[in-house]
Amino acid sequence: MKKNNPISRLELANITKQYPGCLANDNISITLMPGEIHALLGENGAGKSTLVKTIYGIVAPDKGDIIWDGKEVSIKSPSVARDLGIGMVFQHFSLFETMTVSQNIELCLSKIQLNKIGDLAKRITQLSEEYGLNVDPNRYVHSLSIGERQRVEIMRCLVQSVKLLILDEPTSVLTPQEVSGLFNVLRTLSKEGCSILFISHKLHEVTEVCHKATILRGGKVVDTCIPSEETPATIAKMMVGDLADQDAGYSKKEGTITVFNVTDLSLPSKQPFGTELKNINFDLKAGEILGIAGVAGNGQDELMAIISGEDERNVKNAFTLGKLKIGHLHAGERRQLGMAYVPEERLGRGAVPDMSLTENTLLTHSTGFVKNGLVQWQSIKEYTSELISKYKVKCHGEFSEAQSLSGGNLQKFIMGREIGQHPKVLICAHPTWGVDVGAALAIHQALLELRDQGAAILLISEDIDELFLLADRMAAVCDGYLSPLIKTEETNIDQIGQWMAGTFINTAVQEAQA
Amino acid sequence: MIRIQARTEPSSLMKVASPLLAIVLTLIFGAILFSAIGKSPVQALQVLLIAPLADSYNIGEMFVKMGPLLLCAVGLSLCYRANMWNIGAEGQLLAGALGGSAMALYFIDSESTFALPITLLAGIASGMIWAAVPTFLKLRYNSNLILTTIMFNYIALYLLIWSVHGPLRDPDGYGFPESALFSDITLLPTLFEGSRIHLGILFAVLSGIIGWFILSKTHLGFQIRVFGADEPAARYAGFSGKKLSWFVMLFAGALAGLAGVSETTGPIGQLTPNISPGYGYSAIIVAYLGRLHPIGAIIAAAFMAVLYMGGELAQIEMGIPVAVISMFQGVLLFFLLACDFFINNRLSLTNQATN
Amino acid sequence: MDADLIVQILFAAIKTGTPLLFIALGEVICEKSGVLNLGQEGMMLMGAVVGFLAAYGSGNMGFGILAAMAMGSIMSLIFAVLVLHIGANQVATGLALTIFGTGLSAFIGADFVGQTIQGFQPIAIPLLSDIPYVGRILFSHDILVYFSFFMTALLVYVVNKTRIGLTLKAVGENPHAANAIGIKVLRVRYLSVMFGGAMAGTAGAYMSLVYTPMWVEGMTAGRGWIALALVVFASWRVGRIMLGAYLFGLASIMHLVLQGLGWSISPNLLAMLPYVATVLVMVIIGADHFKEKLLAPRSLGKPFNPRNMA
Repeated sequence: MKKNNPISRLELANITKQYPGCLANDNISITLMPGEIHALLGENGAGKSTLVKTIYGIVAPDKGDIIWDGKEVSIKSPSVARDLGIGMVFQHFSLFETMTVSQNIELCLSKIQLNKIGDLAKRITQLSEEYGLNVDPNRYVHSLSIGERQRVEIMRCLVQSVKLLILDEPTSVLTPQEVSGLFNVLRTLSKEGCSILFISHKLHEVTEVCHKATILRGGKVVDTCIPSEETPATIAKMMVGDLADQDAGYSKKEGTITVFNVTDLSLPSKQPFGTELKNINFDLKAGEILGIAGVAGNGQDELMAIISGEDERNVKNAFTLGKLKIGHLHAGERRQLGMAYVPEERLGRGAVPDMSLTENTLLTHSTGFVKNGLVQWQSIKEYTSELISKYKVKCHGEFSEAQSLSGGNLQKFIMGREIGQHPKVLICAHPTWGVDVGAALAIHQALLELRDQGAAILLISEDIDELFLLADRMAAVCDGYLSPLIKTEETNIDQIGQWMAGTFINTAVQEAQA
Repeated sequence: MIRIQARTEPSSLMKVASPLLAIVLTLIFGAILFSAIGKSPVQALQVLLIAPLADSYNIGEMFVKMGPLLLCAVGLSLCYRANMWNIGAEGQLLAGALGGSAMALYFIDSESTFALPITLLAGIASGMIWAAVPTFLKLRYNSNLILTTIMFNYIALYLLIWSVHGPLRDPDGYGFPESALFSDITLLPTLFEGSRIHLGILFAVLSGIIGWFILSKTHLGFQIRVFGADEPAARYAGFSGKKLSWFVMLFAGALAGLAGVSETTGPIGQLTPNISPGYGYSAIIVAYLGRLHPIGAIIAAAFMAVLYMGGELAQIEMGIPVAVISMFQGVLLFFLLACDFFINNRLSLTNQATN
Repeated sequence: MDADLIVQILFAAIKTGTPLLFIALGEVICEKSGVLNLGQEGMMLMGAVVGFLAAYGSGNMGFGILAAMAMGSIMSLIFAVLVLHIGANQVATGLALTIFGTGLSAFIGADFVGQTIQGFQPIAIPLLSDIPYVGRILFSHDILVYFSFFMTALLVYVVNKTRIGLTLKAVGENPHAANAIGIKVLRVRYLSVMFGGAMAGTAGAYMSLVYTPMWVEGMTAGRGWIALALVVFASWRVGRIMLGAYLFGLASIMHLVLQGLGWSISPNLLAMLPYVATVLVMVIIGADHFKEKLLAPRSLGKPFNPRNMA
């Protein structure tokens, strides 16, 4: 584009990648200068991940050129990318939990690089001090927190002295405090001339650290901007087009009577490297949404599994539904009593991928559709097509397989299916994760409507903004502990952020011991 | 150039065509193999596939072999649908034969009309017990079902051999490792005069229909399918994995046990160490070839029975080792698994090479 | 029981455990890379028959062993292509391999059943074999037993001390992550599966060239399956596999021990012992589920398709 400038670090020209049924990248061109922190923005499904995987040699583009330091290159594999000096920190980390930090880093280095470095552990310690990363080479990765793991990934790249660092949604797994630590590292790297490609959909972060931004929508570049000259609102407009004014803000409600109660729930982890739940207490009232914030992997999955009964261990007195103890009942019995769930994993848990929507309705909604053990397929079919039209689920029909739906449409279907059973309690995990803005709006509306009808809703989410938008009361989990509950109006992002980092734990432990 | 492309939706045509294609490829493989060892491929295939259906005696024998294959395969289809890797049909069949034979020998001087039903029930119960132990060990101690069911096959075999050498040996049998011939009262009635086709084949076809009914019409069958296709979804929906596991395993054990006792009280009429030429193992192939669908299993079992008959005829008429059947079965499953690739993928011609 | 009998029993336990050791060493490498190959029995039988035919035809035992190894690898290659490239179900493909191998070996060996061959002669290692008791138990075997000692030591070193071992562990734990950092996942898995095949072939050759030494249909008698249990028993640790193999070897020759004690039990009941022992072992290790989950390669049995990364 600008031919007079000094040589760019990376130039992408007309990158195109077609997947079956989806044009992931459509003629994308981007230029990065040395030392530039460049944001790649867009909703889920806009094509960001495909594009960076192309740069890192994981995905082969159908068309287009990659120019590195002024020379055209073909990046056929991650090792070619690494030899060029490209490093990548993945959204879902590519670390090996059963190995030490040092072994994890060693695996990424070629023999030549290893010889050059000499004592790897020493080098890690040295870099760790230089950048304030605080990484111990001899620790096993499974014992590290999510934030620490991310720093190990960054360390991997630093050891190889990268010239371009790609970060795929690096902040989605961090507490607000950890985020600012990460930004300091990025600024230092930038000053040393390392280019950074930063994928995010959190706009205030982008305006904070990035020099330039490219906005993708539907696989195309729709805009570029200098983030410091924009506001999050104007960038949001570029990202979603005309749908931007969604954050109307909803009215808060106060719950009435307690319908579901968790008392002294402590539970060792079932999985290796899982989280132990520690003395969890809370009450859930009819007609309210209780939001639980927290960085992934702090006990949310374990909590959801034990409440739903998927974790089959008996916790007899820990759960009370109305006046009934239900901790000893199995998952099916709990459903019969009026519990419903929307799981985080919608395909593969919330819905069976290769079964039709009709069959997926029957998955959790059997009341009235099974007589004498026989399935009334005709009536389920009719009910399913009603669900589809009521929740505007885009699909070919009730015979469509669940896996043929987009994430947002499948989520609308699951949400409708669970709400259609008129639950007393709905436990809902990350309901809008990865869905487009329109679907998110519909899902929010459905939740609020259910609340206003008097259901009790537990909303587990990593998205603080969403929690502030929907929840009437809030709490946070950290390392298997649950923070105190607080009315949303009486708290702020800073306090919840502190709780997510575990500042409440010491007092919680003392109280438990007293 | 030709490229492999993922299909956007699985091809329902290929789901049906794949087993047929696999059979054709297996026959081609067979023809090449026979040419290689100097036998006429045309004659070999004629003996293997056409001769078994050429006269009424052979057709009758084909049905005799189809019975146990189908009974075992229907049970295995349900197990595999539920992701329960029961490889133990052979052991369950042998256990059914052993238990049923013990009962038949108990009734050897009896005139009771209940003798046959009780003998059959004893066989069914023995098969169920043989399936129950590995199921219990899996659910309670989390032991690997594949390995325990296989071990139980060997244990059943040695138990059977021990029985016919010991407690169940015919005292007047000159020391041969065989039981006494059963009384007529405990023999399965034959369906046609002069043929060995017996009631067992009706049990087998009926089991296929029942299996189909369970899978497609009942809530239990739906739960089995969900449990096998997507276990997290089944747990999320609150289906009891234990209950489903018990059901499919006991169902399979019962059918395999029935297959065993039907062999001893049917065409054989006594307990011998060689009552099964690996029916329980072949049933795995039958189940797969029938797409884990009980009705599909009926067709697949008929094909496999023809192959069994053909194998025996090929040994008699052409001196081809009978082991050729088991080799064909393996090849058939290889081809089937390979052809299934095209359910979710297709070949497409592209004009230019990319990159 | 006198000391002499104990020495004899332990010597026999090692001899009987050696084929198990070979297969399990191959399978553990295969499983560490994340692939579960249930075709051990089929590969082993093919190794046995091809090894026997090659040695019988050429009169050269070494050639027999090499042919068995090659045959095992070829068999495993069929499995590898189906599982790694076509994405077929590992359990079903493994079963198919076993059924195929059982049939094919019986087919090609049909004319040679009952023929015998001059097996490997024991080689007493100078000095070491003179150590009282231990020398007779460990150092007066045939060359294949020494080869199994060597392979065990080699694999313990490679798996625990080298970059190859680290790479193998990485692929088995998280193939997507391994691919992302530039490890050729499929190549590692192909090589691991084929190594497993070569070892299973060797185990088969040990059966037909040393242990019996002749060819009989289905002569491996479920050893391929027992070896699979052995790998779990050893928690995927190479060193422990050796111990486990000899313990199973001991269970298989229990009739010797019982005869030594003067008991008389039907040989048909005693023949069940290794299988019953395997079931018991499965129960004991399965009961400690948490530990098994911790030690098992995380991606074991799960397909990996590099094209599905996006």
